[in-house]
Amino acid sequence: MSTALTTPNDAPAVADRADASPAVRIAGVHKSFGRPGTAVPVLDDITLDVAPGEFLCLLGASGCGKSTLLNLVAGLDQPTAGSIEVPGGRPALMFQEHALFPWLTAGKNIELALRLNGVPRAERKPEAERLLELVRLGGSYGKRVHELSGGMRQRVAMARALAQGSSVLLMDEPFAALDAITRDVLHEEITRIWQERRLTVLFVTHNVREAVRLAQRVVLLSSRPGRVAREWQIDLPQPRRIESACVADLSVEITEHLRGEIRRHGQH
Amino acid sequence: MASTETAPAAPEAPATPEAAPHQDLAGVEAGLDALDAVQPHRTSPAQLLREKVLPPVLGVLLVLGVWQLLFSLHVTPEYKLPSPLDVWHSLTDLWYQGTLFSIIWTSVWRGITGFAAAVVIGTPIGLLVARVKFVRAALGPVLSGLQSLPSVAWVPAAVIWLGIDDQAMYAVILLGAVPSIANGLVSGIDQVPPLFLRAGRTLGARGLGGARHILLPAALPGYLAGLKQGWAFSWRSLMAAELIASSPDLGLGLGRYLENQRDASDMSGVLLGIILILTVGVAIDLLIFTPIERRVLRSRGLLQTGR
Ligand SMILES: Nc1ncnc2c1ncn2[C@@H]1O[C@H](COP(=O)(O)OP(=O)(O)O)[C@@H](O)[C@H]1O
Ligand SMILES: [Mg+2]
Repeated sequence: MSTALTTPNDAPAVADRADASPAVRIAGVHKSFGRPGTAVPVLDDITLDVAPGEFLCLLGASGCGKSTLLNLVAGLDQPTAGSIEVPGGRPALMFQEHALFPWLTAGKNIELALRLNGVPRAERKPEAERLLELVRLGGSYGKRVHELSGGMRQRVAMARALAQGSSVLLMDEPFAALDAITRDVLHEEITRIWQERRLTVLFVTHNVREAVRLAQRVVLLSSRPGRVAREWQIDLPQPRRIESACVADLSVEITEHLRGEIRRHGQH
Repeated sequence: MASTETAPAAPEAPATPEAAPHQDLAGVEAGLDALDAVQPHRTSPAQLLREKVLPPVLGVLLVLGVWQLLFSLHVTPEYKLPSPLDVWHSLTDLWYQGTLFSIIWTSVWRGITGFAAAVVIGTPIGLLVARVKFVRAALGPVLSGLQSLPSVAWVPAAVIWLGIDDQAMYAVILLGAVPSIANGLVSGIDQVPPLFLRAGRTLGARGLGGARHILLPAALPGYLAGLKQGWAFSWRSLMAAELIASSPDLGLGLGRYLENQRDASDMSGVLLGIILILTVGVAIDLLIFTPIERRVLRSRGLLQTGR
């Protein structure tokens, strides 16, 4: 493994980015559920800055608190301690399930997001069509959600998230339920859109290859409680192929660490 | 796209960007979209006739046939079981007297206006019960209890409180329909997937906007089921009330017509009254509620095509 491609850091510091003010600042965040006393800590002292325009993958075993962290950043829940700042305003969020509203067509789903974002009525339809165009679903404005395939639904969901007009996009395992080929195509789309729109993406996954395929930086979370265990800077050029040798090599290395994190729990 | 993959020449292959992955994947994407997209499927009119119209028509014919057979065999005296033709004559008599439609209309108008009032009252009650914890704890059990109480039981009380007039009729309709409508809305709201609410909140829908754009449309199927049941209950209780309460102020509705025919020992009139009440109930369900419900369910992909 050549160090020119990757620079693993044991300490979760982002020295070279400290000067630019971050798009997401997570500082000393703790989160536990339940009443004080019996509460189980889920997240423990997470500190993480996401630079503007960065594509960051948050990697961790199932149940380690990735969704919890993303919900906190999205403002759907409040941290028990610590602070979360998103200077650009309410971020957009995409879920594993498409979460499209079945009583609306694909286009109207996007228009609802535009409307709630304060876009004037006359501009909504053309903008929704533009966004569908962006995810290569130009002809699907009038389609009902159940008439779309899984991959198409996630693309509409992506367009709806973009309609929120935020430059920060949070994605919670958005492609986990898709088959490999469809996921591959969507990796391509999200990479392209991230570059075209200069988005800041915080992408949660438990799939190491997916993380290496997409991210500029991979942050590994430990489980119970979730802490930042390690991070990798990935300087491979985009677009990458998930089946390429360099993605595979780094995946092997990161998987080893992920296994190590999971193994620790079997020991007590 | 079906080319065989060539294995990488060396494990330490240099990290050169692969050639033209874009065009490659765009083709895959187009293929996937074409393969995966669900083809909407429409039933032909002939199939519709065969599967939707024919069976119920056959069912009605069967009932008429059995009826006619029992009549021809003289199973009971004629004053107890008139023939279908006798009932038909009672119908044409009403038609020629010009009272058929006014009888039906008196009851239907009462039913519809009472039902509309029940919707106006039941909907906010349902919303409050569904969304306000205290109200749910206080009113929830009462509503469920009222829903299982046959609202005919209210007729004597309504007559004493309100007198034998339209007010008593409306009170009975409301007591029959409001609990069903409110409960339908409550269960509709309870069944809204939390994911929709979270998605709505990330899109910025809160408070009234959230209720209007997310909660209510998501709860619509349950609400419609409640409306449908509410109509069935209010029609039943109205007929019972018309049968029991007798006063010239009330005019001649279907229930009263039925009771008058019983008084006159006119069995074919009694049967006609029953058939008319049944027909109106089924017709309103079939012409109003079922199409709306099917439209809503179909547009959400909750209905099998061809069903
Ligand atoms: N609302 C909640 N109440 C109680 N426990 C929760 C809640 N949400 C999540 N948890 C717990 O927090 C842990 C992390 O969950 P989650 O963030 O969904 O993990 P991940 O997304 O990494 O799979 C799990 O053990 C889960 O049981
Ligand atoms: Mg999760």
